[in-house]
Amino acid sequence: MSHPSASAHETGTAHQDDHDATHADHGSLRGYLTGFVLAAILTIIPFWLVLGHVIASPQATIVIVLGLAALQIVVHMIFFLHLDTRSENGWNMLAFIFTVVLVVIVLGASVWVMYNENANMMPMSPQYMQHKQGA
Amino acid sequence: MPDRPAIWNFLLGRLSLSSLPLDNTIVVWTFVAVALGGAAVVGAITYHRQWGYLWNEWFTSVDHKKLGVMYMVLATVMLFRGFADAMLMRSQQAIAFGSNLGYLPPHHYDQIFTAHGAIMIFFVAMAYIAGFMNFVMPLQIGARDVAFPFLNNFSFWLTVAGVVLFMASLFIGDFSHAGWLGMPPVSELRQSPGPGVDYYIWGLQLSGLGTLLTGINFVVTVIKMRAPGMTLMKMPMFTWTTLCTSGLIVVTFPILTATLFLLSLDRYIGTHFFTNGFGGNVMMYVNLIWVWGHPEVYILILPMFGLYSEIVATFSSKRLFGYSSMVYATASIMLLSYLVWLHHFFTMGSGADVNSFFALTTMMISIPTGVKIFNWLFTMYRGRVRFTVPMLWTMGFLFTFTIGGMTGVMLAVAPADFLLHNSLFLVAHFHNVIIGGVVFGVFAGINYWFPKAFGFRLDEFWGKLSFWFWQIGFWVAFGPLYVLGLMGVTRRLSHFTDPSLQIWFIVAAFGAFLILLGILSFVMQIVVSIRRRDELAVGNDPWGGRTLEWSTSSPPPPYNFAFIPRVHERDAWTDMKKHGYQRPLEGFNAIHMPKNTAAGMLLAGLGTVFGFAMVWYIWWLAVLSFVALLAAAITHTFNYDRDGHLDAEEVARFEHTGNWAPKAQGTTA
Amino acid sequence: MNTTVVAPAHAEPRDFLCREEAHPHSGTLLGFWLYLMSDCFIFAALFACNAVLGTNVAGGPSARDVFDLPGLAVNTALLLFSSVTFGFAMLEMARRHKRAMLGWLAVSGMLAAAFVGLEIHEFATMIAEGAGPGRSAFLSSFFTLVGTHGLHVTVGIIWLIVLMVQMGKHGLTEANRRRLMCLSMFWHFLDLVWVGVFSYVYLVGVLR
Repeated sequence: MSHPSASAHETGTAHQDDHDATHADHGSLRGYLTGFVLAAILTIIPFWLVLGHVIASPQATIVIVLGLAALQIVVHMIFFLHLDTRSENGWNMLAFIFTVVLVVIVLGASVWVMYNENANMMPMSPQYMQHKQGA
Repeated sequence: MPDRPAIWNFLLGRLSLSSLPLDNTIVVWTFVAVALGGAAVVGAITYHRQWGYLWNEWFTSVDHKKLGVMYMVLATVMLFRGFADAMLMRSQQAIAFGSNLGYLPPHHYDQIFTAHGAIMIFFVAMAYIAGFMNFVMPLQIGARDVAFPFLNNFSFWLTVAGVVLFMASLFIGDFSHAGWLGMPPVSELRQSPGPGVDYYIWGLQLSGLGTLLTGINFVVTVIKMRAPGMTLMKMPMFTWTTLCTSGLIVVTFPILTATLFLLSLDRYIGTHFFTNGFGGNVMMYVNLIWVWGHPEVYILILPMFGLYSEIVATFSSKRLFGYSSMVYATASIMLLSYLVWLHHFFTMGSGADVNSFFALTTMMISIPTGVKIFNWLFTMYRGRVRFTVPMLWTMGFLFTFTIGGMTGVMLAVAPADFLLHNSLFLVAHFHNVIIGGVVFGVFAGINYWFPKAFGFRLDEFWGKLSFWFWQIGFWVAFGPLYVLGLMGVTRRLSHFTDPSLQIWFIVAAFGAFLILLGILSFVMQIVVSIRRRDELAVGNDPWGGRTLEWSTSSPPPPYNFAFIPRVHERDAWTDMKKHGYQRPLEGFNAIHMPKNTAAGMLLAGLGTVFGFAMVWYIWWLAVLSFVALLAAAITHTFNYDRDGHLDAEEVARFEHTGNWAPKAQGTTA
Repeated sequence: MNTTVVAPAHAEPRDFLCREEAHPHSGTLLGFWLYLMSDCFIFAALFACNAVLGTNVAGGPSARDVFDLPGLAVNTALLLFSSVTFGFAMLEMARRHKRAMLGWLAVSGMLAAAFVGLEIHEFATMIAEGAGPGRSAFLSSFFTLVGTHGLHVTVGIIWLIVLMVQMGKHGLTEANRRRLMCLSMFWHFLDLVWVGVFSYVYLVGVLR
C-alpha cells in the first residue's frame, strides 16, 4: 500500500482536486457491451474445453482454464469495475496490485506448504490412499 | 443438552445453573470482587449523576479523540485482567513441583494461559494501538476527524462486544483451553464440547470485524484527509506507520475471520475442514491462522515504531535521522511480513526447501528493523537528549527489543527451531519483543501524549519508578525462561517433576512481582497526576514537539483545528514555530461536525447478544438478535441527517477561552 | 520542560492556514474499494482450502460425481447478464433517468435472485443425494466457498431492494448515487469472484 516514490509527486492530494466522488467514471454502453462479449467468449471457451474433452491432457486443460479465468478477471476489472491508474489518484490500482500479490502469495504458498506437509507427514497406508481417491 | 424439560432446553439452550463455575473458589471470589467493584462504579456514577455525561460526551461520541481515550481505558482495564492471569501462572509454576500440584488444576490452568494470550493480544495490545492511532493520527495530519466517524464509534463498540464475551466466559461457563490461537484438534468439538471455544470464536469475530473497519477507516483517512501540502513524504512517521499497519489490517484480518468461520462450521454444522477424519486437515488451520498471525505481530509493532520515532526526534531536538529509509523500511516490512508465516511451524514437516525459504525471508525481515534501530540511535547521536519519562521508555525499548529481535533470528534458523520450538525460550522471545516493543511503547506514548489529551503532564517520579520496575522486572521474569527453554522445558505446563528447575521459576515469579509493582506505580502515577493536575498543567506544546498535534490546544477542541493547517515541510509544527507563526484569534468559520449517534452501541450490543446466544445454542435468541441486527443496520441507513455544525461564535469561544486559557498555556503560539 | 519557543525574525513569512472552510471530500468509494480488497482475502482463504482439501473425498462422491456443468453454465450466464444490466442501470443513473434506472436495477436483482434460487436447488439436490457438507473435506470446502459467494449475492439483493426504496423516496441525491456506486462495485466484484469459482472449483475440479 505504500509506494512513496511513485505518489510523493502528487501534491496536497484530497483537498486540491474537488471532483465530487459521484462524478467518477460510470463507463459507457460501448464499454459494458465490449466487456460482456469478451467475458462471454472467455466463459464459453473453458466450458467447451472441459465439456467437450477437447484436449487430451487434463493438466494442459487446467492451465488453459486458469489462464482464461485470469484473463476474464482482467476484463471484468477494466470494463465493469472501471479500474484504471487514475481513479482515486491511483490508490485503487495500488490497493488492487497489493491485493493481487498477497492473494497469490497466500494461495501459492499455502498449496506449496500443504503439499509438502502432506507428502512428508500424512500416513500413506493403502487404506488411506483408497479413501483419498474415493475408490 | 442438560437433562430437563424440553422447554428449558429451547429457552436456554445448553445454559443451566451448572454452567456457573460455583465449584471453583478462585472464580467465585473473583466474581464477588468484580461484582462489588462494578456495583461501586455504577453506584458512584449514579450518585454523581454522570450517566448523561458519559452517554452524551463519550459513549455516543464520534470524536476520534474521545474514542482514542476510551480505547486506552479499555486496554488498561484488560491489561489488569491479562496480568492477573500472568500472576496466576507464574505463582502456579513457582510452586507446582513434585508432590505439590499447586493450586490450579490443569483444566483451569489451560484456560488461564489461553485467556492471557488472547486478551493481551486482542484487547490490550490491539486496543492500545487503536487508541493511539485514533487519538494521534488525525491530529498529525491536520484533519478534523477520521474519514468515517460513525464507523469509528462502531468499531470501538465491537471491540467492547468481544471483551464482554471474553469476560462473560469467566463467570458463565468456561473459556477455551486450546491456546491463544485455538488450535485444532483441541479446539474441535470432540475435544472441546463446552462453550469455551465458542466464546473465543465469537468474541474474536466481533472484535475482528471492528479492527477491520478501523483499518479501512484509517487508510482512507490518511489518503484523503491530509492537510494541504502534506505530501506522503512529509507525513509524520507515526502517520506513516498508521497507514502501513491499517493497510496490513485490511489484508490480514479477513483471513482470521475466514479461518475462525471455518472452525465454527466444523463445530456447529459438522463440516470437516480441520478434523482428523473425513479428509480434514489440522495443519491447514495452522497454516491459515499464521497467515494472519504473523502480519498481526507487525500490525502491533509498526505503530510503536512510529511512536518511538516521534519521541526520539522530539527529545533529541533534531529531525528524525534517515526519514526516507524509515519509510521504505516500514513499507518493506509490510510486504515481507506476509512471507514469513511458516516459521511458526518449521517442525510440522514441510521439508527442507520450504523451511529454508521461510527461514531466509524471516532473517531478511530483520534487516529493515535493524535499519530503524540505527536510525533512532543516529537521531540521538549528537542531539541534546532530554531524559524524560517517554525517552526512558524509548531507550528501554531500544535495549530490550534489540535483544528480543536477536533471539528471534536464532529461532529463524530452522534446525535450531527444532530444538527451541514450543519451549520456554520461545515464550521468553515473544514476550521480549512484545513487552519490550509494544508495552514499553504504550507507556512511552501515554506519557508523551497524555498532556495533549488532558492538558496536564504525568508525574515524573512515579513514571520513572514504573519504568525501572518494568525494565528490571522484565529481565528478572523472562531471563530465567530463556535459560529454562535452552534446557528443554516446554511451555504450557502446570506442573513439573524435576525439582532442580524450581529455583528458576521462583526467580521468574519474583520478576512478575516486580512488574506488578511497575503496574501499581503506573496507577499511582495517574492518581497522583490527577490530584496535582493544576501544578502539572501545560500549554499546547510541553515537549517542544515537531508535528501538528502540538499546534492545537491541550486538550484539543472538538474540531481539532480552527483553521486547517497548510503544510510546507516535514516537521510541520517546527516549521511553523521557526517562521514565527501566530495563532489567529478572529475570522473563524462555522465548522461542519458529524452528530453523535447511539447506533454503534446498539448494533454492537445486538452483536453481543447474538454471540452469546450462539455460544449457548439458544437458537431462538440467535435468530431474533440476528434479524434485529439486520433491521437496525438497514434502519440506520435511512438516517440521512448525520451532520451538524459548530457556528463561528462557538469556535471563537473555544479559541479565546476553552483550553487556551492563559494560565494553562505557557507557550507562544 | 522547554515550553517556550523563540521565533527568529529572519525566516520569511509563510501562510500556514487555510482561511476558507474546505468541503470535506468523501472517502466512501475508496473505503468501499478497500473493503472489497479485504473480501478478496476471505475468498482467498476459502479458495486455499478448496485447493488443499478439494481431492479429499474420504470415500464419498468426488467432483465428477456431483457437479452439474450444464446447470453451472446457466448460473454463470445469469450472473454475467445481471452484471451487464447493472451497468445499464449505472448509465441511466448518470443520465438522471430514475425510472429506467430502477427498471434495470429490478432486472439485475431478479437475475441474481434466479442465480441464488438455482444454487439453493443445487445444494438441496446434493444434500438429498448424501453429498452434504459433512460428508467429506472436499464437500465442506465446496459448500463453504460456493455458499459464501451465494451469501454475498443474497446480501447484495437485500441491499439492492433497500437502495431502490431509498431511491424511490429521496431520488437521485448525492448520497444515494454514492451508495449505488458502492453496490455496483460489489455486484461486479461478486461476478468476478464467480469467475474464479466456476473456473477453479467446478471446471478444474472435475479435471483433477
